[in-house]
Amino acid sequence: MTVATIPAPAFAIETFRLGNGLRVVLAPDPGAPVVGVAVVYDVGMRSEPEGRTGFAHLFEHMMFQGSHNVGKAEHMRHVQSAGGTFNGSTHIDYTDYFNLLPSNGLELALFLESDRMRGPAITEENLENQVSVVKEEIRVNVLNRPYGGFPWLKLPPVMFDTFPNAHDGYGSFGDLEAATVDDAQAFFDAYYAASNAVLSVSGDFDLDTARGLVERHFGDVQERPAPVHPSFEEPDLTAERRESYVDDRATLPAVAAAWRVPDPVADLEGFLPYVVLGELLTDGDASRLVDRLVHRDRSAMAVAAHATFMAEPFASRGPTVLLIQAFLSPGGSVDTVLDTVRDELELIAGGVDEVELSRVKARVAAQLLRGDDSVMGRSRRLATAEVFHGDAGLATRFAALLGEVSAEAVSRAAAAMTEQRRAVIEVVPGGNQ
Amino acid sequence: MSENVTKTVPGLAPEVPLSLPEPVVRTLPNGLEVTLVRREGVPLAEVRLSVPAAHADRAVADMAAAALFSGTEEATLTEIAQRLQGVGGSLNSGADPDRIAISGNCLTSGLPELLAVLGEVVTAAEYPDGPYETERSRMIDAISVAENQPEFQVSRALDARLWGDHPYGHQQPTAAEIAEVGREAVHSLHRSLLHPNGARLVVVGDIDPEQAAADIEKALVAWNGAGDPRRMEPLPALRPGPVVLADRPGSVQSAIRVAYPAVERTHPDNAAQHLANLIYGGYFTSRLVMNLRETKGYGYSPRSRVDHSPAGSVQLASVDVATEVTAPALAEVIDELRGMAERPPGEEELDLARRYALGSVKLATATQAGIANYTSALAACGLPLSWLAEHSERLRQVTVADVKRVAAERMNPEGAVTVILADGGQVTESLSESAEIEVQ
Repeated sequence: MTVATIPAPAFAIETFRLGNGLRVVLAPDPGAPVVGVAVVYDVGMRSEPEGRTGFAHLFEHMMFQGSHNVGKAEHMRHVQSAGGTFNGSTHIDYTDYFNLLPSNGLELALFLESDRMRGPAITEENLENQVSVVKEEIRVNVLNRPYGGFPWLKLPPVMFDTFPNAHDGYGSFGDLEAATVDDAQAFFDAYYAASNAVLSVSGDFDLDTARGLVERHFGDVQERPAPVHPSFEEPDLTAERRESYVDDRATLPAVAAAWRVPDPVADLEGFLPYVVLGELLTDGDASRLVDRLVHRDRSAMAVAAHATFMAEPFASRGPTVLLIQAFLSPGGSVDTVLDTVRDELELIAGGVDEVELSRVKARVAAQLLRGDDSVMGRSRRLATAEVFHGDAGLATRFAALLGEVSAEAVSRAAAAMTEQRRAVIEVVPGGNQ
Repeated sequence: MSENVTKTVPGLAPEVPLSLPEPVVRTLPNGLEVTLVRREGVPLAEVRLSVPAAHADRAVADMAAAALFSGTEEATLTEIAQRLQGVGGSLNSGADPDRIAISGNCLTSGLPELLAVLGEVVTAAEYPDGPYETERSRMIDAISVAENQPEFQVSRALDARLWGDHPYGHQQPTAAEIAEVGREAVHSLHRSLLHPNGARLVVVGDIDPEQAAADIEKALVAWNGAGDPRRMEPLPALRPGPVVLADRPGSVQSAIRVAYPAVERTHPDNAAQHLANLIYGGYFTSRLVMNLRETKGYGYSPRSRVDHSPAGSVQLASVDVATEVTAPALAEVIDELRGMAERPPGEEELDLARRYALGSVKLATATQAGIANYTSALAACGLPLSWLAEHSERLRQVTVADVKRVAAERMNPEGAVTVILADGGQVTESLSESAEIEVQ
């Protein structure tokens, strides 16, 4: 058996802070003539106000509707006319905006991001239009397909009690339709300060030139105080919580179970064993749960485990979870699957083989490296490492840190995943019945 | 709401020319064509193997691909998976009407091990009973889920309507067809079809091409077996007709698909067609997106693309819209298609699309995975990676007159085929007011 040693990515990283508080991460790499520019704002679905579910995501859409020097749809037009692509994405704890362009478009991308950092131009008309667009997005991704929103929208309300952690981050149609221009202004004022953002540039550029361009375009963005991030902490579960719902388009039973894990930021060392454990449980046919549930018992047709609801262990705050989801064979028993998961966790709690652990770590390292293949992925990962861990360079050390996780720590993590601490959501298939 | 700081949009710095890596191309004694590309960056290797499979039974080919890694005489499924995992690797396989494709990646240091596993499964996959049965029931379960996905449902209806009895007309086997496939049939297909003659292997990454070539030869030297070359017959011409309405009771959206003729990559009109497609619906700053999404809010991602496959090419406009706006959304899709010739783009609109197209080539070839995918996809159409540079030069030459001519020749609603997946009870009446409908 060959077990590879774990390499680390080799690119330099420079970080600095502008007078207005904007944190900047520069990672030059002349490998290909392209550049990735990402801006991450430290605000996500957990921070949206009650009665405004889905607002963080709706606001992300509004950031593409123009700003003082950029008309509606012109952000896209400018980036695309430079041969580039763009997008934005809203997460539980952050919102990012990113552009990938041929390297001669660096200044253009910096200009566009700085212009909307000064404030998007929100009109009633644009707001109404984007509410429609977001509703269609929700219909595509949630309402019109089997297992829509499972488990990332369905499990948090079972697990959590407070609005920030429990609510539907895609939003109800009623809340989306009630959104106003004033809401958008208030959200911008509260969360979109330069001091609450990280700008990250990766790829083919000269360090001195980039530093100058960043200063030129972002240096005069108004200084505003960063919001104080409230704690979203909730007590751990002391008794199992379990709910189920009927999905009329689903054909197979499905189940997701989650356990609270240590805070990924405040207690990184305590959290990392759960990241390794997730891979040990379900990465490929060699993993514990795929081997047991899919191949030996044939009680599930697919199973996956990951730390945090959106599988982004290094871009999340607490409270968060390790989540295991399984799609069962028709007529399969959720209880049987949950019992088997319990048994396998007990086995791991009893000890983990070092060779097995090394294989899993090699795979984790390769997957992290693959995220760095594109300068776009790289700039986004560096930015979130800076946002959540205050250290962009940590993004290049995650694989090494995971490599240091001991077999004992993984066993302890598995031992903590007891039945009374878990939240379970079950999908009852209503399709083709 | 914004700080009113007035600034001028900066221009672009001088263009950095497209620089494509020089692939090293080899043909092994057993006929396998090997393309190796050194691309530094992350210490990974991307691997793509494509074996021609035209006219293979689709269900049998799908099962062969699904169970390929289920075991050999020497190793169990679990042992194979452990060997790959140990080098940070994974391999996956799939089938389509043209090929069986295996793709994966690993840490560069583990490439010899990944290739050794690849060599063992292509020469000695056993499809053992137990694991085979598991894969078959998993596939049947997966099809039951897919058959409730609107994208899958509308693609199936569209393929059947577009291509009829051509193999492209039935690309997704049914659960019943999969249930019929025994492991003897899979063995037989493997013996007759999975041979290196005509197959292509692409390896891209932080590799030494000479060393990788030696590793490949060592791992795949034993792979042999003769077979007739396989060729897919060209796609038939589109047959316009009534709008096909595939009924999906209770659907909260309607999936609108409008297909129209296209030329292949090597046709003199291909560059103009590429740009015409972008202008119509091929990127965000296109007519379809600006109209259907940004002005009317009908749909989240209206789009148009050109599909180039070994048997031929087709253009396809797609949008999923709320049920109540199905008829007006279809009218806009059709009107914008007609508008490509009636309201042809001027210099500015063309140039914007051109710059996007030229940049896209740079972005797509900036990663190891991107180069691997492009090299493999182009090779399937008989083209080398350097074709991208030639295509870029042709994009620079396209004129507004070219685009107008191409649009007039092929982008017109009278030559298109339309399929809509929707709640028939909700949309039939409104659609019938403007088009002839054939309900399925």
